[in-house]
Amino acid sequence: MKRFSRSGIRIVMSVVQPLVYLLALGFGLNKVFEQSGRGHYIDFIVPGIVAQTILFNAIFWGVGIMWDKQFGFLKETLVAPVSRTNIMLGNALGGATIAVIQGVMLLIISIIFGFRPYSLVLLVITFVVMSMLALSMVSFSAGIAAIMNDMQGFMAVNNLLVIPLFFLSSALYPLDSVPTAMKIIASLNPLTYAVDALRMSLIHQSHFPLWQDFTVLGATLVLLFSFGVYRFKRIQA
Amino acid sequence: MQPIISVRNLTKKFGELTAVNDISFDVIKGELFAFLGPNGAGKSTTIKMLTTLLKPTAGELFLAQHNVSKEQDAARKTFGIVFQDPSLDDELTAYENLELHAALYHVPSSVLKKRSQELLTLVELWERRNSKVKTFSGGMKRRLEIARGLLHHPQILFLDEPTLGLDAQTRNLLWSYIERLNSDEGMTIFFTTHYLGEAEAVADRIAIIDHGKIVAMGATEELRAQTNTNNLEEAYLELTGKGVRDETLGSADGRKEMIRTFVRSRNLK
Repeated sequence: MKRFSRSGIRIVMSVVQPLVYLLALGFGLNKVFEQSGRGHYIDFIVPGIVAQTILFNAIFWGVGIMWDKQFGFLKETLVAPVSRTNIMLGNALGGATIAVIQGVMLLIISIIFGFRPYSLVLLVITFVVMSMLALSMVSFSAGIAAIMNDMQGFMAVNNLLVIPLFFLSSALYPLDSVPTAMKIIASLNPLTYAVDALRMSLIHQSHFPLWQDFTVLGATLVLLFSFGVYRFKRIQA
Repeated sequence: MQPIISVRNLTKKFGELTAVNDISFDVIKGELFAFLGPNGAGKSTTIKMLTTLLKPTAGELFLAQHNVSKEQDAARKTFGIVFQDPSLDDELTAYENLELHAALYHVPSSVLKKRSQELLTLVELWERRNSKVKTFSGGMKRRLEIARGLLHHPQILFLDEPTLGLDAQTRNLLWSYIERLNSDEGMTIFFTTHYLGEAEAVADRIAIIDHGKIVAMGATEELRAQTNTNNLEEAYLELTGKGVRDETLGSADGRKEMIRTFVRSRNLK
């Protein structure tokens, strides 16, 4: 929805954390990574950090929903003669747009710090992947928030999910360099495929074929969006 | 007379707690109907069920002959509501809030233009139509919500403690609008309040709910006669007792307070 522009500070703050990751890890581990003959580490992790920005911001979208269904505009929509599917769609698109903008901001900052995308045409794929990831995560978050009333519980669930999702994906390290067990876990993690597709489109490196990335991402999106709609239909405010 | 709101054996349970216990009543078209009761008696729960926000555990509800659980959208078109807590979009202007409402209720734009001017003039906000809602005081927000609730010409207006937290001047102004709507447009008004004087002054009929049961219903004079008291306040205390109610754990208000504190502490809003 059109209210996202409201708080400049919040948007800036939301890219600071991934930026710290990017700079600390990107420059801190660059030498080690270069020595293993894989090019610049900062290039390697930019796609991972872009995915992280989107994941972290999208997953907390639900906080606003929990507030909104008690005190906010969402309540007005819940008594209106509009289907809950449409309400969920509008809400999730709003959240996803914000998350994608944050991802784009991070990408721009990376470019300022010297990152160069492989090809401008492939940025279209980058954008599509970012949108799919954002919409999936926002839907999931909205679904959890829809019929949950305990704010602390919501934060706990999300923190519990977000850290392993991020660290057990291919965001920070190449999959072919980790123990088999970790590789298996990472290949069950949808974020891995988002990062893989982003890496393909941004630096032309990937672990899986692009069609496989998109199949997993598409399936995740359908599943999580349906979950969100299912839960929205059961909101009891 | 045909009832416009019809409640039949309505029950709502939250786990062990029975918030509304098998109540039945009718509100006649054009009535100004007050729904009173102590905290936790079941007022808000009943309003939420009437307005499709909560599903009843048992019983049936009809708004203008539409079954609320079976014909949800038809039922939703029949009413406007002013919630206890503001549900406006703060970042939008007063007029944009009305535009959004018009979109949700499929009000054509020609009607929107005409009606929003009438309504904003009525609630004395026409001059401020292009100001963002976050710059409004509590009373202005409440007035805007009333205007919004009326935009789609509802047959019924639900008001959940419409005057809570407002000063005497604003309360006075609000009630005069509401009475005018009721007398000029024949709109049915269903409201809750803790200010018994207001209910006594404006309501045609009053229902008092306590512990999930309706303990009395009728015009003020009937309630006074029934309890042998001099005014509504005395009648009310006679019917519901003088003990102060403790909010039950996990009650709606308690939960809201928790979310409020949490969101503010994290500066999320």
